[in-house]
Amino acid sequence: MESALGPDAKFRDGLSKGQIDIPRCEDCDKSHFFPRINCPHCGSTTISWHRASGMGEVHTTTTVRRRPESGGDYNVCMVELAEGVRMMSRVDGIAPADVKIGMPVAVFVGDIDGNPAVLCKPAEG
Amino acid sequence: MTDNMRGKSAIVGVGHAGFGEAHGFSAYDVMAQSAHAALNDAGLKLSDVDGLFCTMMEDSMPALMAAEYLGIQPRYIDGTMTGGSSFVNYLTSATMALEAGLCDVALICYGSNQRTASGRLVTASKLPPYEGLYSPRYPISGYALAAARHMYEYGTTRENLADVAVAARAWASHNPEAFMRDPLTREDVLSSRMVGDPLTKLDCCLVTDGGGAIILVRADRAKDFPNAPVYVLGSAAESSHRQISQMKDFTVTAAKGSGKRAFAMADVTPADIDVVELYDAFTINTILFLEDLGFCKKGEGGAFVSEGRIAPGGALAVNTNGGGLSCVHPGMYGIFTIIEAARQIRGDAPGVQLKGVDLAVAHGNGGVLSSQVTAILGSQNTV
Repeated sequence: MESALGPDAKFRDGLSKGQIDIPRCEDCDKSHFFPRINCPHCGSTTISWHRASGMGEVHTTTTVRRRPESGGDYNVCMVELAEGVRMMSRVDGIAPADVKIGMPVAVFVGDIDGNPAVLCKPAEG
Repeated sequence: MTDNMRGKSAIVGVGHAGFGEAHGFSAYDVMAQSAHAALNDAGLKLSDVDGLFCTMMEDSMPALMAAEYLGIQPRYIDGTMTGGSSFVNYLTSATMALEAGLCDVALICYGSNQRTASGRLVTASKLPPYEGLYSPRYPISGYALAAARHMYEYGTTRENLADVAVAARAWASHNPEAFMRDPLTREDVLSSRMVGDPLTKLDCCLVTDGGGAIILVRADRAKDFPNAPVYVLGSAAESSHRQISQMKDFTVTAAKGSGKRAFAMADVTPADIDVVELYDAFTINTILFLEDLGFCKKGEGGAFVSEGRIAPGGALAVNTNGGGLSCVHPGMYGIFTIIEAARQIRGDAPGVQLKGVDLAVAHGNGGVLSSQVTAILGSQNTV
């Protein structure tokens, strides 16, 4: 039976359970993000879902400058998951200025303003 | 057979209005003032316009609002919204519509009062669903992500970025129409407030009011107007994404494709070009577009723009009006690349007028490096 949820809802449903599920095309075998009903690489509509390994790397990064009284500076980055897809995220646990391109990170489901969100922290070891 | 379009249409009127601050005027007022200025320039009346090419940052049906405001009933209308590149994009659709006889006088127009209305970029866009949660600041965070990656891969420096702003200001200092004309140094840019690393406030375009308009007709009647015609020799578009997180390579824009096809249509190369007008929303744009359009190799843009090489008297004249960084930036800048390119070819540029300009590039950017549109414009000598 087909999933009752659309691709976006299914991804968010996974997040709400603490899982990062990434869509992958059954025909060309490439993963993609954001979730959608067709593969952006080959156009196929045969898509399956796979749990992310949780490993990634910072592809590019910026510090959004903000006044201290409004909460201070914060990081916005693009993380490339081991599965080959990229998504916007944030590296927590270190100062925004210390987030560097190429840095290995652990990707996890955290929380932003009460919403489950894909976040990163520096990989251990 | 895209080369069938080469030289088939010509710009016979340009106009602008409301540069800087247009206190007391709405975005549509500024659009209409610009349209009237372009019509006066061409010696035409509003009633002559039967093709309208327009989008605005207001409303969901801005082209209809514009037609209604002007009091015209266009028989051809295009309101395709690709962001700030829209107006360069209209050179293609207007040329096709003129060629097909769907209209005879095409008006391309835009206006904004974003500075006096709110003091910041006005946009009808919603936050992208997979980005909004992280609170990137739009549009600067997108351009900062691209700049950071370019610096990482190619060693481009903040000094290189700053030199783009310094060159733009140097051109603007000669242009009485430019909003910012005070001298600017590399140190000024580097020491100004950091907004989104690696971009400071002075790496960002202005927030001004302003509008622009262009009258385009078929080439066979281009000599029937008061000004020397400016021919559309090539125009081509390419889009690669909408959300910055979907950009495949943060150091390569779709200008690579749009530029290649526009140059092929015009049958010229970057080496033939006398002046380049690029959409410089942020200093990284100028570097990316000069690389992607083929004025230098990928990764060499930083050195290419440095030490005054794109400033007055430099190796290549880029953004001779002062660009979006120092002349005018009312939310969408694309139309002003065409206006300045056309004036350089006509010989009536408001600031530094280069000598013997026959070929110019007008390049529009839309979204967050999302939509790229390149036009090659030429004088009578090129057709």
